[in-house]
Amino acid sequence: MSTAQPTAPTAPVDYDEAIARFDPVLGIEVHVELGTATKMFDGAPNIFAAEPNTAITPTSLGLPGSLPVVNRRAVEYAIRIGLALNCSIAENCRFARKQYFYPDLTKNFQTSQYDEPIAYEGWVDVELEDGEIIRVEIERAHMEEDAGKNTHVGGATGRIHGATHSQVDYNRAGVPLVEIVTKPIPDTKGRAPEVAAAYVRTLRDIFRALDVSEARMERGNVRADVNVSLRADPSAPLGTRSETKNVNSFRSIDRTVRYEISRQAGILDAGGSVVQETRHFHEDTGETSSGRPKSDAEDYRYFPEPDLVPLAPSREWVEEIRGSLPELPAARRRRLLGEWSFTDFEMRDVINAGALDLLESTVTAGASPQSARKWWMGELARTAREQDVDLDALVVTPAQVAELQGLVDADKINDKIAKQVLTRVLDGQGDPTAIIEREGLAVVSDDSVLTGAVEQAIAENPDVVAKIQGGKVQAIGALIGPVMKATRGQADAGRVRELIMEKLGVS
Amino acid sequence: MTSRDIIRRSAAAQAAALEAGEVSSEELTRAHLDRIADVDGDLGAFLHVNTDEALTTARDVDSRRAAGEELHGLAGVPIAVKDVVVTEGQPTTAGSKILEGWIPPYDATLVQKLRAAGLPILGKTNMDEFAMGSSTESSAYGPTRNPWDRDRIPGGSGGGSAAAVGAYEAPLAIGTDTGGSIRQPGAVTGTVGVKPTYGSVSRYGLIAMASSLDQAGPVTRTVEDAALLHELIAGHDPHDSTSLPDPVGAYTQAARGKDVKGLRIGVIEELEGEGFAPEVRARFTESLDQLERAGAEIVRVACPNFRYALGAYYLIMPSEASSNLAKFDGMRFGLRVVPEDHPTAENVMKATRGAGFGDEVKRRILLGTYALSAGYYDAYYGSAQKVRTLVQRDFSAAFEQVDVLASPTSPTVAFRLGEKVDDPMAMYMNDIATIPANLAGTPGISVPSGLAEDGLPAGIQFLAPARADERLYRVGGALEALLEDAWGGPLLATAPELTAGATR
Repeated sequence: MSTAQPTAPTAPVDYDEAIARFDPVLGIEVHVELGTATKMFDGAPNIFAAEPNTAITPTSLGLPGSLPVVNRRAVEYAIRIGLALNCSIAENCRFARKQYFYPDLTKNFQTSQYDEPIAYEGWVDVELEDGEIIRVEIERAHMEEDAGKNTHVGGATGRIHGATHSQVDYNRAGVPLVEIVTKPIPDTKGRAPEVAAAYVRTLRDIFRALDVSEARMERGNVRADVNVSLRADPSAPLGTRSETKNVNSFRSIDRTVRYEISRQAGILDAGGSVVQETRHFHEDTGETSSGRPKSDAEDYRYFPEPDLVPLAPSREWVEEIRGSLPELPAARRRRLLGEWSFTDFEMRDVINAGALDLLESTVTAGASPQSARKWWMGELARTAREQDVDLDALVVTPAQVAELQGLVDADKINDKIAKQVLTRVLDGQGDPTAIIEREGLAVVSDDSVLTGAVEQAIAENPDVVAKIQGGKVQAIGALIGPVMKATRGQADAGRVRELIMEKLGVS
Repeated sequence: MTSRDIIRRSAAAQAAALEAGEVSSEELTRAHLDRIADVDGDLGAFLHVNTDEALTTARDVDSRRAAGEELHGLAGVPIAVKDVVVTEGQPTTAGSKILEGWIPPYDATLVQKLRAAGLPILGKTNMDEFAMGSSTESSAYGPTRNPWDRDRIPGGSGGGSAAAVGAYEAPLAIGTDTGGSIRQPGAVTGTVGVKPTYGSVSRYGLIAMASSLDQAGPVTRTVEDAALLHELIAGHDPHDSTSLPDPVGAYTQAARGKDVKGLRIGVIEELEGEGFAPEVRARFTESLDQLERAGAEIVRVACPNFRYALGAYYLIMPSEASSNLAKFDGMRFGLRVVPEDHPTAENVMKATRGAGFGDEVKRRILLGTYALSAGYYDAYYGSAQKVRTLVQRDFSAAFEQVDVLASPTSPTVAFRLGEKVDDPMAMYMNDIATIPANLAGTPGISVPSGLAEDGLPAGIQFLAPARADERLYRVGGALEALLEDAWGGPLLATAPELTAGATR
């Protein structure tokens, strides 16, 4: 295998400068692992984090004599995805073999779809942070299987270089994937990094809404290959693209696009030409580095998979699936925006915080939209930041938040106690009502309890009493404070004020 | 009754003897194992003899029979299985060094069926490496010899199964037929070989050569035996996506009918002339005469695209084979050769394949890789698929005129060992008559048609439309009876005696 012509390294140019001089065009391939019970072509369980090489059959190991059989549920999920992305669903399609050699590939070909994908020609609207909507055209969504996983042992870095040996775990081999390929995405200008990340986030949300995948980026359930090319201006033909493989966080996608624009602009500025190649993104530096030059890529020698009969999803089945599609994220946001009377800004804030589901569940559990927003975007968002976890990883349920707000609304507790109760809920001490009862935190408005504290405060503060009786009614706060202190903050402040005024005969 | 007598009976007759209590399965199995011990050192039909397991199965069947249990009709009748079919716990090599010592952790579906029916599996039979060949000379473990003349080839790739049945080492055997590897060995060893309709016997557990062409089927001494075995191994298998959902046909009944009155038999013009040896053609014509006298109607039909079938086959088969064999890389099973110098994954694959694959396998991988490569795909693989469609159309048109088609199975009698090993094209020509059925997915049977050049057996092939396998048994069974009447017994009875410990 020959290597690419070595090109003199050129310094990346500043991003804003790059954008001022060049027009970026994106292309994104997203792989999503389907959450089926079994694998794409055999009955091995599709599970995460099992002991290595336990979730396998002769077929997922590619043993001699083994044969694939298509997982009907995976096909259904692929159709769901296709329909949600406004694609046409093929009346006839086939699998093909994509041949290449790698130790984690059990058959040394990947069973995939080539010229006949199950879904083609769709679109999805991507909403950016400021509310602008970009329509991304989908070229195709096709089914394929995942490969196994290599672990390189004995080296310092865990990479193959320097390793003494390698181990292969085939548990993931044969896990069903759908790959969604966009058409070139033009006209993103300086927002290309944001568009790329928002597009993948939009797909992630759709996968979750469709219930076809857990769609957890950190587990690699969703992976993106990011193509970037530059051209002089929007009327010029497409430039040579790079393809950065397996980028698996929204932030990394953003950084990849940003870096590639800067890098390629640097090359073009210096009069060089961009090499068509696959690249790898490095989390630590935010840079990409060259993988294998695409011009030297293997010839995949695709041909129709003879072990599988063609797939012909009946129109009735497709319509049945279409009829069963859930409300998709964009439609749901529009609906909730109306129902909750939030401002656009409030809504985007909630969505960007990943709090929409939590809010909706909290509202469903009985809280008002505004109070739900207050808790999740306020106290709880702050706690999540402190603990450095996602909102939905906090030890509190929407039902508990709604319960807490219900107690406040019913004057059982005040805001201050509510925050104390929430702290205990977050510590895993149980439901708000139980905590209040166990710790006696309820608001005290019982006069017999309060009267003693009020009388004591009056007796201990004769100068304040004199001021009040002298007409300075606002000084009453100096008496409420000691009462609150004496009742450990549980006193109903309003009732305390009334009692003091009664005792002192002022009004 | 001596063991010499019992092993010379048909499988159906052996089954009857078991049923009648004349012989136990253990005795029957032992008789075959003894025969293997006597003659196989010279014949080389078996790569692995499964003595203990076969006897265990036999004893189990005997005790179940003694307990009055209802058993399958073939229960207790031993069988040999071509080594391309995976057998749990028993070595499976596909005739290749690259799988030497591999013990599969699972059974092929058809093996499960054999086990469930209580057939003792005598062992695994020799074959051309990965079923690539027409002579069993490309086996990594040495050739199999023809029981009629041990200087000759037993056909291929299923020469081991055919020789085992022909030499009375096994009454039944399993073969696989990708381009004729059941039928052509049948023809040159005087046995019966059937390639069922594609998809009617599960391919799950068959080590694939060319997925769209491979088909397992029976290798036997009588048409009735083939029908009995076919009924046992056929049927839908959810583990094979290309498996047909059809119910299993009444093959045995068809084989026993022995009636061809009104049957229209088409003689394929393209498969009887040039290249077919005169005496092979003479036996073919005589067989047709017998059938005509028995009431069949003989007509000539044209299948003009058959002339391109061999070319198309030798593009499609290696293309699929190059892909199917890619998994043999030294990573998960079988041979692993680690080069001392720079043992990267890629170098391990290279060294393993270099050492593990034989010449014919390498030749076909290269052919297939080339035929599928970018820029050549349309010209080679794509064109071959178009020819395949044309061949299918020829069959459809012909079957509008006739019920079955006929041709000599193989152009010649068995050639001598080594005669064609250096001439791949001459070797490939052996399958000229059998290949069209594989391209079309239609079934075929080869039945002995008599002795031709050098006193060696020749075969006649009948072909039927897909899913009409019964017709093969009807015409095959009838012809077999007519010829046995004419000859005074089975053709194989005239074969030279193989003697214990004989050396060439």
